[in-house]
Amino acid sequence: MKGIIKKVSDIDFGLMSPETIRKMSVTKIVTPDTYDEDGYPIEAGLMDSRLGVIDPGLKCRTCGAKGGDCQGHFGHINFARPIMHVGFADTIHKILRSTCKECGKVLLTPSEKEHFKTILEEHMRNGEDISRIIKKIHLKAKNETCPYCDVEQEDIKIDKPVSIVEGNYKLTSNEVRERLENIPEEEYIFIGINKDVARPEWMVLTVLPVPPVTVRPSITLETGERSEDDLTHKLVDILRINQRLKENMEAGAPQLIVEDLWELLQYHVITYFDNEASGVPPARHRSGRPLKTLAQRLKGKEGRFRSNLAGKRVNFSARTVISPDPNISINELGVPEMIAKEVTVPIYVTKWNIDEMKKYIRNGSDNHPGANYIIRPDGRKIRVYEETKETVMENLEPGYVVERHLKDGDIVLFNRQPSLHRMSMMAHEVRVLPYKTFRLHLCACPPYNADFDGDEMNMHVFQTAESRSEAKTIMKVQEHILSPRFGGPIIGAIHDHISGAYLLTHRDAIFNEDDVFEIFKRSKMALPEPKGRQWSGKEIFSELLPDTLNMVYKAEICRKCDECQKEKCPYDAYVVITDGNLNQGVVDEKGYGSFSGKILDAIVKRYGPSAARKFLDESTKLAIYGGVMIRGFTTSTADEEIPQEAQERIDDLLTKAEVHVEQIIDAYNNDELEALPGRSLRETLEMKIMQVLGEARDNTGVIAENYFDIGNSAVIMALTGARGSMLNLTQIATCVGQQAVRGGRIERGYKDRTLPHFPKGDVGAKASGFVHSSYKSGLDPLEFFFHAMGGREGLVDTAIRTAQSGYMQRRLVNALQDLSVKDDGSVRDNRGGIVQFRYGEDGIDPAKSDYGRVADIDRLIDEIRLEFGSK
Amino acid sequence: MDVDQIRELVKEKGKTFPIKLLTEISEASERHNLTSGELDVLIEKIIESYNRAEVEPGEAVGTIAAQSVGEPGTQMTMRTFHYAGVAELNVTLGLPRLIEVVDARKKISTPTMAIYFDEGFNSDEEYIHKVANQIGKITLNDILKNFNVSYIDNTITAEIDEKIVDDKRLELEKITNEIKKTFKQVTINRNLLSFESTFSKDEDKLKHGIRELRLLADKVRDLQISGVKNIGKVVIRNEGSEWVVHTEGSNLGAILKMDNVDKVRTTTNDIYEIEKVLGIEAARNAIIQELITTMEEQGLAVDVRHVMLVADMMTVDGIVKSIGRHGISGEKSSVLARAAFEETGKHLLNASIRGEVDHLTGIIENVIIGQPIPLGTGSIGVVMNQDK
Repeated sequence: MKGIIKKVSDIDFGLMSPETIRKMSVTKIVTPDTYDEDGYPIEAGLMDSRLGVIDPGLKCRTCGAKGGDCQGHFGHINFARPIMHVGFADTIHKILRSTCKECGKVLLTPSEKEHFKTILEEHMRNGEDISRIIKKIHLKAKNETCPYCDVEQEDIKIDKPVSIVEGNYKLTSNEVRERLENIPEEEYIFIGINKDVARPEWMVLTVLPVPPVTVRPSITLETGERSEDDLTHKLVDILRINQRLKENMEAGAPQLIVEDLWELLQYHVITYFDNEASGVPPARHRSGRPLKTLAQRLKGKEGRFRSNLAGKRVNFSARTVISPDPNISINELGVPEMIAKEVTVPIYVTKWNIDEMKKYIRNGSDNHPGANYIIRPDGRKIRVYEETKETVMENLEPGYVVERHLKDGDIVLFNRQPSLHRMSMMAHEVRVLPYKTFRLHLCACPPYNADFDGDEMNMHVFQTAESRSEAKTIMKVQEHILSPRFGGPIIGAIHDHISGAYLLTHRDAIFNEDDVFEIFKRSKMALPEPKGRQWSGKEIFSELLPDTLNMVYKAEICRKCDECQKEKCPYDAYVVITDGNLNQGVVDEKGYGSFSGKILDAIVKRYGPSAARKFLDESTKLAIYGGVMIRGFTTSTADEEIPQEAQERIDDLLTKAEVHVEQIIDAYNNDELEALPGRSLRETLEMKIMQVLGEARDNTGVIAENYFDIGNSAVIMALTGARGSMLNLTQIATCVGQQAVRGGRIERGYKDRTLPHFPKGDVGAKASGFVHSSYKSGLDPLEFFFHAMGGREGLVDTAIRTAQSGYMQRRLVNALQDLSVKDDGSVRDNRGGIVQFRYGEDGIDPAKSDYGRVADIDRLIDEIRLEFGSK
Repeated sequence: MDVDQIRELVKEKGKTFPIKLLTEISEASERHNLTSGELDVLIEKIIESYNRAEVEPGEAVGTIAAQSVGEPGTQMTMRTFHYAGVAELNVTLGLPRLIEVVDARKKISTPTMAIYFDEGFNSDEEYIHKVANQIGKITLNDILKNFNVSYIDNTITAEIDEKIVDDKRLELEKITNEIKKTFKQVTINRNLLSFESTFSKDEDKLKHGIRELRLLADKVRDLQISGVKNIGKVVIRNEGSEWVVHTEGSNLGAILKMDNVDKVRTTTNDIYEIEKVLGIEAARNAIIQELITTMEEQGLAVDVRHVMLVADMMTVDGIVKSIGRHGISGEKSSVLARAAFEETGKHLLNASIRGEVDHLTGIIENVIIGQPIPLGTGSIGVVMNQDK
């Protein structure tokens, strides 16, 4: 933790020359084997102990460190003949094609060279990509004869993976290497090679670095059998063939045999670098599984880059199932004691807290507010055991660090995947609670998109004071009530909070004063002055509102009448708040729900996040204890019961609709149907039928609605926006409606019909997936089948969508992540290139705006008028 | 109070407001009949809110924009075809459309245009019909009746329906001329057409004759007699007080050259075409417009600023670049950033021969080597004052 923090300023990339490879090598590897019969590494073999060690018992023969401390050392293999590097095969081909076979110069005229040189140098000065220019050069440099030595050039082709063919003659890698060597250094710039770090001939290997054993550790199976890493297997192959090639060459074997071996060696080296190279069959393990070689280790989602470098596993984290707790604050997180005892917070011991720290150590690691480790100033970490804790405690002095258990009030980071936006990771205050699940306030569910059907979430404990203070000031849940996406609240009441608030604030809610005080008490709110009379629900809710709050809006239950009756609204949907008193209207989803709560929105924006947190904590409890718990709230299919009379009207309506559909079909068959503009007759027919059936379903809903009474829980939920919609109720009570596949009625299945139960060519309502029944009355087998078809499409759709949108999001984030606002208000990328001169053209942060606007001007004017008036 | 006066007032207080805000204030002051005293206080209050709502330096606006545009994607429908706006035409909407725009595709799946006309012409239904028929693709098949293929004498007879010709505001003469030009063996008697197969009536070649005849029949039916290149079906719609032509397919350049077309409002959803015809700034605005409408249509609210940033990033270099490995992400300055995104091997190998240097100024590079990232609180350092 101490010492100077070094900063890496930059990373250079370059090719390794054969000399460098030999220089950094600690040994030449010649034996294509790993261990001898006794299990000891073979000298000059692939597991040579000079390459480093993995077993903690052994010592490295190069650095002397024990296994685990030695990071390993490279070896090398000398190839009997040069071998092409797969990754550079294309580059080599392009270079050979655009250079002279004799003098090695790039086949461009001097004036062209001059031209490209200026462009290239300018690009390199600006740190821009030169790949495109190099591509252009390769296209241009196709002179038939060399402009410098007048030698005629032959066409050079590449035969995947690495064969270079000139005319009809296949160049050996020796020849390729010679030609590359022949290219003069001043020409390197035109073929995209930086002469400071690379030479073209290094792309043809004469020596291969052998990675240390730590890179390819062997694992000992339970049976005691040793299992080698894929890379080791591949290196064994390379060594074996290389030795054979060398022997054959020395023995003067026929050209044919040497070439075969050379080819085989080439294959092994190709697959050693990249086992998915095109044109080569992948090398396989004995079991038939393709080997994971160098390129595969780096590539893709599970590769080194994305899986170990861009994302890393961390300590001090925990994961368990989440469950709801309406009694904690939205800022809080209930942490199971079991977890609290495992993840720790490092605390520096000072003379002011030494007694407290000693108390933790005395509690040990098994009792809750205890400590697991102490770290001495010299960096040694000591575990707190029952037996040793007394001595540990005695030695404790300022300068030590105690890793104590998580306790109430600590700040932690909480996260649910997929982390689609910044609200997927927020800071919470810890509340250590019994049992084994994380406890989450319900209002914090929408930003995480969490529910409690088995969701698990992760918790991370901050380890430094800087991170803790940063989290406290900018990452707490209350700081994220407003979404940066649209500048409105994203955290807010859901489900029962909304039905509860409605039940509490609707017109007929009258409470005795005794009950009122009990509600306040249970909601943990400050007790108001007694009124000595009955309270209305609105008066109770008004206790939550700031005294200076004034607003008017229409509630979710608003029926959108043609002419708004405002204060006289028969549904009490016209909400009027004056001086913090709810005079009119009910509080429902529009009031304080997530994504749409107007009162909540006004409170965060005018009174700040702390006031909003308090409002949410208290209002949700009030809704639970004052609304839902007093009256009781339950729903069942009985809520969707409709009287016989209604059922008859619905049946009648559906029959009529069906007759109408038949009429349309008849009209179509008799060529009497008139096509809609831009549509064929068939399309017109479909659209008309869809329309008729859609209307019929909606009308049954209207009928049913008239028979539902207002006290019906299902209806309350649908109207207030707590859960479900009137459409859902219609489907349960009256008619499920048309099932759709591919955006239209169901038409596929058998020839000319959907199911063998229908005559061929039947396009009637029933035959194309219209479900007359309601969920409550039950679907008949045919309807059920069509319903399943529609349902299946829905599932497939969701699965594909998540994959597609996930990839789009990854690309977007990757493209934009380097952008930030600079001190002058401009938006720039990491190169300093200006993307916007002023963020969003006006410099306004959407998260701090009022739905994208600087301020609500009308509201400001009202406020000013009020101030002026009172003066 | 007009906008300029308010601009002056704001300037006196040492601030400049964007034009939209100024107009908003001016409208509000008129609506509420503000006194100059009240207006003064109002401006002061707005300045206060403005200062409070400004972005802080260091804010990771890029990531926020990307998340704000990407996150609603999960909630979008996949259904490609959806009837909205123009009921008669299919338009790609929802997530597929979003991906299409972000990809900067050159060939979009459903190009469509909305063609507006100048004042004086836009309410003349007759005129619009005529122009629409010049724009839309009409094949001979659309105006034929009694199409007859006679295998006995190897001829095709057809009759042009004059009613349709009138209806579509075409001229019979022009059509017949066109037919004469294309087909050699044709006799035209006013609206009666008779095509002859160029094949001999030789007995043993009769089999081929049938095939030839059928090909001829297709050719006759597919003969295009009017329309602009790349434009298929057209639909005329009454929007408010004017008539608008909506098309399937798009050719902005050709349409803008037509007479009486409103060059300002006429538009296409093909961003590549807009870039070619109108330039990069227009393309930027088109990207913003397309993204916003696509999301609004799905009922998802996203602040324009996020969309603007995406569009600006796609167009900063003067050409429309896609979001992804062929565009922005593939041209990053950092080797590690490119390698961590896609095509790891290619980028590393290229970097080695080019001798690239990674200056570690981006986000992902610093994550990779385990250093604080240069964003937000990581972009500043804290120094303790040791004198106190």
